[in-house]
Amino acid sequence: MTDGQRLSLHVPEPEVRPGGKPDFSNVPIPKAGSVRRPEVDVDPKEIRDLAYSIIRVLDREGEAVGPWAGSLTAEELMEGLKHMMLLRVFDSRMLMAQRQGKTSFYMQHLGEEAVSCAFRKALLPGDMNFPTYRQAGLLIAGGYPMVEMMNQIYSNDADPLKGRQLPIMYSAKDYGFFTISGNLATQYVQAVGWAMASAIKNDTKIAAAWIGDGSTAESDFHSALVFASTYRAPVVLNVVNNQWAISTFQGVARGGSGTFAARGLGYGLPALRVDGNDYLAVHAVAKWAAERARRNIGPTLVEYVTYRVGAHSTSDDPSAYRPKEESEAWPLGDPVIRLKNHLIRIGTWSEERHKQMEAEIRDTVVTAQKEAERHGTLHSGGRPSMRDMFEGVYAEMPPHLKRQRQQAGV
Amino acid sequence: MPRMTMIEAIRSAMDVSMERDDDVVVFGEDVGYFGGVFRGTQGLQQKYGKTRCFDAPINESGIVGAAIGMAAYGLKPCVEIQFADYMYPAYDQLTQEAARLRYRSNGDFTCGITVRMPTGGGIFGGQTHSQSPEALFTHVCGLQVVVPSNPYDAKGLLIASIENPDPVIFLEPKRLYNGPFDGHHDRPVTSWAGHPLGEVPAEHYVVPLGKAVVRRPGSAVTVLAYGTMVHVAEATAEETGIDAEVIDLRTLMPLDLDTIVTSVKKTGRCLVVHEATLTSGFGAELAALVQEHCFYHLEAPVIRVAGWDTPYPHAQEWDYFPGPARVGRALRDMMEA
Repeated sequence: MTDGQRLSLHVPEPEVRPGGKPDFSNVPIPKAGSVRRPEVDVDPKEIRDLAYSIIRVLDREGEAVGPWAGSLTAEELMEGLKHMMLLRVFDSRMLMAQRQGKTSFYMQHLGEEAVSCAFRKALLPGDMNFPTYRQAGLLIAGGYPMVEMMNQIYSNDADPLKGRQLPIMYSAKDYGFFTISGNLATQYVQAVGWAMASAIKNDTKIAAAWIGDGSTAESDFHSALVFASTYRAPVVLNVVNNQWAISTFQGVARGGSGTFAARGLGYGLPALRVDGNDYLAVHAVAKWAAERARRNIGPTLVEYVTYRVGAHSTSDDPSAYRPKEESEAWPLGDPVIRLKNHLIRIGTWSEERHKQMEAEIRDTVVTAQKEAERHGTLHSGGRPSMRDMFEGVYAEMPPHLKRQRQQAGV
Repeated sequence: MPRMTMIEAIRSAMDVSMERDDDVVVFGEDVGYFGGVFRGTQGLQQKYGKTRCFDAPINESGIVGAAIGMAAYGLKPCVEIQFADYMYPAYDQLTQEAARLRYRSNGDFTCGITVRMPTGGGIFGGQTHSQSPEALFTHVCGLQVVVPSNPYDAKGLLIASIENPDPVIFLEPKRLYNGPFDGHHDRPVTSWAGHPLGEVPAEHYVVPLGKAVVRRPGSAVTVLAYGTMVHVAEATAEETGIDAEVIDLRTLMPLDLDTIVTSVKKTGRCLVVHEATLTSGFGAELAALVQEHCFYHLEAPVIRVAGWDTPYPHAQEWDYFPGPARVGRALRDMMEA
């Protein structure tokens, strides 16, 4: 008989649940401009502290400050604002379309627009993203036609994916956007493989991997880090920490690790943490990481600290697991408003012009939506043919599928 | 007697099991505070505490692997994989570990785990929220595979699964959670409220594993079905006027061969239906067994109606789903043979 201590199981819980008062006072937010900017060929051992900080450029007054400022011109920032606003209006229209029964499902980006929109501007033609379902900003900022996105969401007869895929699971190779799978984390390691191929062929292209905070728990995340570390693959390993994996708070995936960025340290990867609601900071860090990859120095792990303001998807109701006021209390603010305020601060923008652009963007999105709806929506108008269902399983249709298609009468 | 939906019956099964036995623990993605994305575990954390019902990190291999370790200790974990389509990372743990613990250790270690997972289509879930992977489990020696078709069976079978000393894959047809579904997707949704099998005792009971049941007696042809397709088969029999005997297999492994053979010897015809893709599906096993055991009683070839051999499409969901039109056509063809 030992006199050992009785054990008990630790199960982490978020600070507050519905009915409680949201409190992010325990989230340390460094001052904008306070985190140093190392050279891209820095020894990862020298910057381990950056995995525990937050790189920020925009301060409370809308001023761009510190060593990470200045990666974009005023004109480029204007374009960035427009992309985020387009994505936001696109989201609200498609969310409404789902509520109206025009499609089965939708997932919005509200609050996270800066991450994918700004990251896209750090890439070059030919680079490849392996996105999750919450990076449509890569397409919008990459100039992909919005009407094609809507055709996919509506599964209509102009859907480039022939109605086969769940709404928003786009695929656009020419725009550096890998086909979204729908299950989690599987594509993170594929991005590393794509980058290894680029290196094998002495190419100049780099890859970007995308994952959410919750999915970093998947084994494939760790597979990706091992491969990226071992082969120094030219890849940017992005973790979008929006605090919530459906109903599960980020602490369940993070466990005892201080941050998600810190997951990279054990693999010897340089790991940066960035304010995901700061368009300028996201771009500056993305550019730094992309340059490391492009100069064949190796992979970088980047954690974007943001907040999922909306529901996980149209099948989710977040009021069941987090206080409604929590998004208001989120200390990093709204990415659109923060960039708008910065542009006003530097004298290239005004509230009036902002309102005008909001109206123009709304028109642009509504026009695209009307065009898409002329082709059809999920339950009305033109739809992909039943023949399409049998195509594309193999390059050449094998005899058994031909027989089945014949049986189906198409 | 209380009335329950299928998801309520499943929740009640876990509730009753946790109440009776402190060794029963429940975990999985979103199953703790929130109670699961389909609400299968709602209220269990509040009732039994967060060390007996809790959220897991998003890692299916981890969920199953941890459950195996707990079972080796002596607990009876009942874990949830959020969608059957998400089980693939756990396949190694299920097939080479859970399934073989007893055999390879000669009973030194055993693995009484239950792995629940929503299965099947009918909710416009696309290719990663609609799959029916039962044949990937029936092919694995050491696993048991259960597919309920109604609230009463779901509760009794889940309790039996949790109490079983070996691993059970418990596939829950998600389209049936809130009501029976006969494949007529264009008709109003029905609820379990008016269905006789929506009457579910509040207390403990078991529906034993390995026992099929005749849902609709008939003399013309035997239809072998499970899960959602039981309802499709019953409706098709009524609509075509063909006097089909519909058998709800309930458990695919172990299989109730006696009930199947008795019926096919009586009717002389056998149609097998499932939602999963045709080739190498569980229907192939059923067809083989029927011809082995009933060959001299058969008046027509055994026919299968199943999902087409394509990934589950989004827009063409109802072209893919083997609904009453396809099952009816097969029944009529069989009667002419």
